[in-house]
Amino acid sequence: MNLSRPARLLLRLALAAGLAVIYVPLAVVLLNSVNADRTFGWPPAGLTLRWWGAAWASSGVREALWTSVRAGLGATAIALVLGTMAAFAVQRHRFFGRQAVSLVIILPIALPGIVTGIALNNAFRTVLEPFGVGLGLFTVVVGHATFCVVTVYNNVLARLRRTGIGLEEASADLGAGPFTTFRLVTFPLIRSALLAGGLLAFALSFDEIIVTTFTAGAGVRTLPIWIFENLFRPNQAPVVNVVAAALIVASLIPVYLAQRLSSDVGTH
Amino acid sequence: MSRAGAFLHRRAGVRLALLLSAPLAWLGLAYLGALAALLVTAFHSVDTFTGTLNRTFTWANFLDLATGEVYRTIVLRSVGVALAVTAIDLVVAFPMAFAMAKLAGPRTRRWLVIAVLTPLWASYLVKAYAWRVMLSSGGLLGWGFGLTATVLTLAYLWLPYMILPIYAGLERLPGSLLEAAGDLGARSWQVFRTVVWPLTFPAVIAGSIFTFSLSLGDYIAVKIVGGRSQLIGNVVYDNIGAAGDLPFAAAVATVPVVVMLGYLAAVRRTGALESL
Repeated sequence: MNLSRPARLLLRLALAAGLAVIYVPLAVVLLNSVNADRTFGWPPAGLTLRWWGAAWASSGVREALWTSVRAGLGATAIALVLGTMAAFAVQRHRFFGRQAVSLVIILPIALPGIVTGIALNNAFRTVLEPFGVGLGLFTVVVGHATFCVVTVYNNVLARLRRTGIGLEEASADLGAGPFTTFRLVTFPLIRSALLAGGLLAFALSFDEIIVTTFTAGAGVRTLPIWIFENLFRPNQAPVVNVVAAALIVASLIPVYLAQRLSSDVGTH
Repeated sequence: MSRAGAFLHRRAGVRLALLLSAPLAWLGLAYLGALAALLVTAFHSVDTFTGTLNRTFTWANFLDLATGEVYRTIVLRSVGVALAVTAIDLVVAFPMAFAMAKLAGPRTRRWLVIAVLTPLWASYLVKAYAWRVMLSSGGLLGWGFGLTATVLTLAYLWLPYMILPIYAGLERLPGSLLEAAGDLGARSWQVFRTVVWPLTFPAVIAGSIFTFSLSLGDYIAVKIVGGRSQLIGNVVYDNIGAAGDLPFAAAVATVPVVVMLGYLAAVRRTGALESL
């Protein structure tokens, strides 16, 4: 394209500046996690690993992390099952209201989190409380699964659309039943889509705070809830900052996995 | 082939019913049911003395909402914040996406996409917290908290959601079109205005739907960097928590949904939704 030299330079500068804006705040958190000054005086007076030790020793952090992992795994498992079923129904069948299924699956993530949050809170309290089931980890998992289905659904749907049904028909023609065909043909075809969708679902659940606020009981603290509760306590600031820094570092894992998965897709 | 397998193989209808049963029971019945129940609650009231729910139909919550000066201000402020965030993200994202799609080589481009995607995996709360640290007095920026801080933080949070659709739209735009426009004598600005912008407009709309709706429903970032500012989300939250007035909270919660539907209807007229 015949852009003038200054225009090209300007655009490149805008890109560099934009990326700087994206990464500087994250870098500040990482740096502050080793800042010796507990009020994060700028520039840091000295460096220390003390806060990392304090965060590692904090039972509140550990418990919250464990709760988040359990909630994430539970929600992901449910999302994998429901999302895959819905994707097969929509992609492999023609029926009345097919569009509506997609809409209903996207809705929990399209609506503001607080709407889903209070709707579920209200429903749980009216439906579950008469049975003696209070808000807790179970209701968090249910709430998270509701908005996680869409990630698995989208990934599996895209994969099914691309692979077509030729291989499955061939398998059926050769005498395999639906279960055998699924195990030997369909499942290997959608495996990486399930991984990608599951990864997104877990990340979504792990990071969620609004729906969690309304579906968690008094005793249940996920990591985001723990961070939010301690964010405004000055004496907890260094530990909160270390947790934030650790989460930034940990976010590189799904980036790496997603990259591996997408290059995997390229070879199919 | 097992008998169950043979049965399923013959009956497509049974297969479909089995596949749809669980997802529809969960999302169609339970979730939509919960939403409907919430909407119904918006027409109920809470007895101020006993705190019990009164299930007789009333428009009172919506009347309060429409006539209350405070609520009108908060709704307008929330929409203003969402629009400001969308505008900032558009101005920042477009040049970035353009440089990524049209100036960078294929290898660099791949890395740039990863660089823009990576922060999306980082926790929302961590990013809002990072801005709190930077904006607090003595921090890197030290500008203090308030509505401006909220707009900046939200714009930061949702920036990748604007960059990625615009980048995808620009990548689909054939370079030959831009060259043809240039060969026919159009200046850079003219090429942008008559070729690039109209063809990437649907992508811009797609990005704006994310930035607008995500900002509209937010109340966490406001609590972290907003100082005393209140947005729609805070009103909903406070009415459930402190006030214990679920019916009014439910009525307020319909506001962002209605505004969003209005926004979607408005952009639908531009024809941008069909090409998403």
